[in-house]
Order: sequence, then structure tokens, then C-alpha cells
Amino acid sequence: MTIDMSQFYQVFFDEADELLAEMEKLLLALDVSAPDSEDLNAIFRAAHSIKGGAATFAFNDITEVTHMLESLLDRIRKGEMALTPEHVEAFLVSKDVLTMQMDGHHHGSSVDQDAVASVCLRLKALSQGIAEVPAAVASPAPAVAPEPASADAAPVADADGNCSFRIELPEVPQRDVDALAAELGLLGTISQETLADKRVVFTLTTPESQDSIVAICSFVLDPDDLKITHGGAEGALQSGVTNADLPLAAQAGAAEAKPAVEEPGYGIFEPEKTDAVSPPAAAAPAAEARNPGRRATDKEGAGQESSSIRVGIEKVDQLINLVGELVITQAMIEQRIGVLDPIQYERLLNSVGQLTRNTRDLQEAVMSIRMMPMDYVFSRFPRMVRDLAGKLGKKVDFVTRGAATELDKGLIERIVDPLTHLVRNSVDHGIEMPEKRRAAGKNEAGKLTLSAAHQGGNIVIEVSDDGGGLSRDRILDKAKQQGLPVSDTMPDADVWQLIFAPGFSTAEVVTDVSGRGVGMDVVKRNITAMGGTVDIRSVPGAGTTIAISLPLTLAILDGMSVRVGEEVYILPLGYVIESLQPVAADVKDIAGQGQVVKIREEYLPLIPLYQIFAIEPNFTDPAQGIVVILEADGKKAALLVDALVGQQQVVVKNLESNFRKVAGISGATILGDGGVSLILDVSALLRSSRQLNADPVFF
Amino acid sequence: MSYSTQTQAQTEAGEDAGKEFLAFTLGREEYGIDILRVQEIRGYEPVTRIANAPDFIKGVVNLRGIIVPVVDMRIKLNLGSPTYDQFTVVIILSIAGRVVGMVVDSVSDVTTLSPDQVKPAPEMGTTIDSDYLIGLGTLNERMLILVDIDKLMSSPEMGLIEKIAA
Repeated sequence: MTIDMSQFYQVFFDEADELLAEMEKLLLALDVSAPDSEDLNAIFRAAHSIKGGAATFAFNDITEVTHMLESLLDRIRKGEMALTPEHVEAFLVSKDVLTMQMDGHHHGSSVDQDAVASVCLRLKALSQGIAEVPAAVASPAPAVAPEPASADAAPVADADGNCSFRIELPEVPQRDVDALAAELGLLGTISQETLADKRVVFTLTTPESQDSIVAICSFVLDPDDLKITHGGAEGALQSGVTNADLPLAAQAGAAEAKPAVEEPGYGIFEPEKTDAVSPPAAAAPAAEARNPGRRATDKEGAGQESSSIRVGIEKVDQLINLVGELVITQAMIEQRIGVLDPIQYERLLNSVGQLTRNTRDLQEAVMSIRMMPMDYVFSRFPRMVRDLAGKLGKKVDFVTRGAATELDKGLIERIVDPLTHLVRNSVDHGIEMPEKRRAAGKNEAGKLTLSAAHQGGNIVIEVSDDGGGLSRDRILDKAKQQGLPVSDTMPDADVWQLIFAPGFSTAEVVTDVSGRGVGMDVVKRNITAMGGTVDIRSVPGAGTTIAISLPLTLAILDGMSVRVGEEVYILPLGYVIESLQPVAADVKDIAGQGQVVKIREEYLPLIPLYQIFAIEPNFTDPAQGIVVILEADGKKAALLVDALVGQQQVVVKNLESNFRKVAGISGATILGDGGVSLILDVSALLRSSRQLNADPVFF
Repeated sequence: MSYSTQTQAQTEAGEDAGKEFLAFTLGREEYGIDILRVQEIRGYEPVTRIANAPDFIKGVVNLRGIIVPVVDMRIKLNLGSPTYDQFTVVIILSIAGRVVGMVVDSVSDVTTLSPDQVKPAPEMGTTIDSDYLIGLGTLNERMLILVDIDKLMSSPEMGLIEKIAA
């Protein structure tokens, strides 16, 4: 019977992603001079778990890298090797390689085999370089006494991270021996010899653990009959172990030591290195001593597992939809009972009041399921800032605040790219070189703060540096060069917004990191698409803060409802700048191009909604209706409607799930009375208006 | 094994006994559609108009939180007068995973038609392309125009489903 393993892949990828992120966090927090043994253990456990998972699903390339990582980590945490910054660097690089390999398996993206090979070499070199230290202590023993006892030594990985195992089979038919030899041959290099009593002995050199060997053998024979001993270094193997029968005592010792040897040195408590040279009889108590240590580790590991369950996102969305319905129904009931006599129906009214509270609590609780802490995004930045600062020769202290602030999962995934860009910008352009900072009387190390906080129904994410600040003059010069409409008396806030114009970069040097002039406009566009806004505060010489304000969730939108004729439409509030009733003199006809409205010295194209949607309006004269000034993609326009109805939060529903895409409409929502109202696609409306008026008109 | 044989037998028996059709009227004509495509039958509620959509797409309604488009077959097929009162009926159909509402004059009953009661539709100029017809069902004095509602609703001329190429 075969089990389709692919159904478990997702679980493995999810887990491995978490473990890798955890590993990176710990590595970065690690104090190289005095590493915390708890942290080292945690890093080791992460590597070990990934290796275990990868081996289960036969992702051999991942197993290979993690194995090397694990053996190196194992020595460090046992104190056989001192932790150096080179190690941390190598571990971080191997984490990246693992992530890449993981993506390769998961999404089929390409894997840079050179990077994999180079990290393997690096890890190998590191473990070899320091392998001399334990060798100096332990190697005299096998050299002086090349006895079978050395079989009890903890397995010493050779340069390839391989271990030698001596596998002694009980008496089995030749057919089984051949089958086993073939199977084990897949794990590594195998050689075979026959003992005097016709039993067969394999010598296997493999990166796999003893567990895998036992697992394979148990298909054919009882694992209890199997005697597996570690060959130690290959030299020792040749010299002593293979050529003769082991003394009985040694075999017994080896068998007893098996649980400990299974996962070499998994315990926190590690017996003295002298184990390796102790006589076989001593191995048994040593093995026992190791076992409790190991159990303790296991327990601890279990305690650290988060008590969460994985649920498909569509299930959660369905729940959110249903609760949304409940809230609407609830609002309808409330509306209906509003007309009842409060004295006669007191008890009914009380009950409904309670229902209202419960519904609201329920909605909040359900909404929180989709929420994830910002830490999910923030945790990837310390590493990036560290690497970037290193590359640029700058010193940066990176601080995050409010990592526990929660945001909708859908938004969190989409905020990563814009934030990455802003953080890069801050490190590259914001924070000055150490010399310059010293000259300005500032601390050499720049401070970069990433913070998140709730503000009303929004989350505000700020990227803040204490660098040089934006240069007003340079931005204005550049804007003039690009032919943007600017004046020298513009308020600061408007000047800062210029950097969001497409193709705008004031960086003097185009670096590897940033300054190619793409980006800030993309940042702004992405954030606007999420219904958010970007603000910049900057003080020359004191730093820049870029604040992103986002709605808490995509499913709910702050909307302004407007009426045209009999119909009510919703405008996403993020696009609305203001609404006003223009005076007739400010509305001008442009031959063949419709109308423009003059608002504060700026002529904006007028978009009559009734014309676009072919509605019978109450007013066709802009001076009688209301114009709503909208801004999207850096372009403004005035939308003519009959009246403003109000402002409300609406639950966004997809129109396309049962219908097709409708031009100018981005979705639909259900109003308090159960009716449907359409949400306008402001970007599309503005684009269509630009087709009417070839170019936006500036005064 | 025995289970699948049984279901097969049942299906065959079901086919022998004929299929069930929901009969409804448009103007003075009587139509029938496969009952398995019908999700529910509702009264007509005010719809939210969709801009620049063809006449027969009345708009969208809220069906317990799902936004459902509503088409008026009387306008589409140019039959009867599209009046909306308390007797106007909307048949909610579930077709290819999508939910669509269809306005008709009235719904009469569910009838079972055996294969020999279904006659091929004559080749003649009708408002419905004969591709979308299963045939004509005869039931005593009545004649049902049997519509292949899956084909009709997903046809490009209804414009309910975005063309894959587009």
C-alpha cells in the first residue's frame, strides 16, 4: 500500500517556512561572544525538524544542506567549537539557500545550484576547520588503541557529512541480502562481506541517520536482530572494526548505546568527550545518562509548539460572509422595531439590544481570525537592514515597535513589497554615512524605526529614520526638469508627495540598492489599491517618516454613498478628496471634450456619472448637483452626482462570482435595507475620463 | 462494486421513467427546464440596475448575501409584456457553479416526461436558436418547449459569463 505523500507537502512547507523564519530571528539575536545555549538549542531543533521533514518527503537536496547545518550547529552547542561571526553568516546564507530550495519544491521556481554547492562547501569548510579541535582530543584514542571500542564513539561525520555504519545482519537468505544491499545502496556507498559464521556485514557510508537504515532493514528482518555500529572516521573503520568479529561485550554495549547513537548528541546534557575512549562497559550507563537528557529536550520542544490549527482560508471567508449577513439582518430588525412603542414592546426591544451587542462582538471575533500580527512582515527586515547596511558601509540600529498589531492576512501579504522598498530607501538614501553623521554631531549609527499602531479603523505603519531628511530644493529642481507643475511656494507636504510621481528619483548615484527611479510610484499605487494612503513628514537634517495608513481589512471599505437619479453608488472614501457645489461660472465647456470645472486654480475634467451609466438624473447642470473631487493614480477629476447620501462602512462583495466584470464597477455591497449597491471603480472612471480629454488640463 | 451497479440501475430506471421538468409560462407559451438546475423560486424584488447592460439583464439582487444577476426572459425572448407585480416569479438557477435569477410570468408545475414524449424541435425561425432547445414535450393537450438552460445561460448572447478568450 502506498500513501500519497503529496497531500502532506503543504503542511511541511508551512512548517518549514515558520521554522526557517524562527531560525533567522534567533540567529540575528544571537550574541556571538556569549551565545545563549537555549537559543543555540532552538536553532539546532529548527534545523533538525526541517531535516526530518525533508527526509520524510524525500527532498534530498534540502536534507543534505540541513544535515551539514545540523552537524555544525551540534558541535557549537556542545561547546566543541566556538561560535564566530563567520558561522552566523554561513548559517544565514544557508537559510536563504534552504528557502530557495523550498520554493523550488513548492512552486517549481528555479534553484541556483551554484549557491547550493557554495553553501555546502562553506559549511563543510567550517566544520573541517574546527573538526581539528575535537580530533586533537579524541583521535589519540583510536590511534593508540584501535580497538573495536571505537565503534561506540559518537559518529564523526566525514568531510561530506557522511557517517559510516557497520550493519551486521542475522542469518537471512541470500535473496534478502541482495535486496537489502540494493536498498541501502540508495542511501550511500555500500560494501559487503561475509563473516565466518555466514552472516553478512554491510559497511555503509551515508549522510542518512541510523533511523533510516533501521527503517529500510525492518522491511526484511526484525530490527532487534540487527546490529548497527558506527564506523567512526573511515580510517578507524578500516583499521579495527571491519576485519574481525566484535567482542561480545562490545556488541552488547553498542546495542544498548543505540538509542543515544540514533540521533547523535541530541541531548542538552552531553557526557564528557572521554566517552569515546571509555571501555564498552562504560558505554551503557553513558547511554542511559543521555536518554533522560533527550527526553527533557523533547518535552520542551512540545511545550513551545503553538496551539493553533490550520484552516483553509475559504472556510474563514465563508464564516466572515455569514457573519456579515447576520449583521445586515440584525440592522434590518433594528430598523423595523424602531417604529414600535417602546413601553408596550419593552422586552422585545431589550432583547434586540442584546442581540445587537452579541452580533457586534461576534463580528469582531470572526474578523480577528483573518488578522495576523505585523511581526509576520517586520521579522524579515532586521536581516535585510543588516545586509544592506553592511553592503553600503553604514551603521544602522533597527528598531521595530508594535509588532503585535494585527492586520488582515490579505493586506499583510500585499504590504510586504511596498514596505521593503521604503525600508531600503531609508537605509540607502535616508541614513547618511557614519563620517557624515559624526560631522553633523549625530550618533554614528543611524536609527531606523518600523512601527505599527491602530488608529481608529485604520492601521498606521511608519518607516522612520533619523537621517538627512528630504531635500526640498532638489525635489523641486528635479520636478521642474521633469516638467511637473510645481511652484517654489508649495507647502512641504505637497513637495514630498512629488517623489511619488512616476520616474522620480533624486538619488545622485544609482546604486544596486535603489535610485533607479522606479518604485515610489509603485509603492503609492500598491497602497492606494489596498485602500490606503501614504504621508511623508520630513525635517532637513533630522530625518524622514513615511506613514502608511491602511484599512484593517479588505472585506470592509469606508464608502461614501452618492445618489444619481434613483440609484445609489458607493465611492471608496480613500479616493475622495472633497465634495462641493461649483458655481456656474467655474464650469467651462471645452469644444468636443466635455466640460471642466475650475477648483482652486486647477481645471479638472468633469465626469458626469449619469452620462457614463446612462441614468436619468435629477440634475444635469453641475451648478445644481454636487461634484466629488476624486484622485487616483496621481490624476484628479470631478465626478458629477445628484446628491451625497452619507458615509458608511460597507462589506465588499464580488460581482464577478455570478456575473461578469462590469466597466466602472469594482464590486457590490448590501445595504442596511437588504438592497444591493454598486461600488464604483474610481481608477477606471478616471481613466475613461482621460480618454475623453486627451490630457489633464493644468492651469 | 455492487453499489455502483445499483446506482447505474437506478439511473437507467430514472431515464426510462423520464426526466422531471419545471414548467413555466412566458406570455402564452409554456416552457420547461430541467428541475435539477432550479435552486429555488422567489417573488420578484426590486433589483439594482447595472449600467450599460442589455435590457434583458434587469440588474442584481441580494440573495442571502450573494449578489445574483437577474435576467428577464420575457424581454430576452420578446414574449408577453414585462410587468412586475406580486405574481411575477423569479426562478433561481444554479448553472456551472454560478447562480442566476430568471424572471418569468408564472410557474405552473413539475412534470415528468418520458423520452418518447419528447419530440425533436422543428427547424424554424424561433426567437430561441434551436441549438438551445432539447425538444418539444407533449403532455395530453399541453406542449412544453424544453429549453437546454445550461447552454442558453452560458451562451455568449446572454453575456452573463465572461468569454474565456476575453
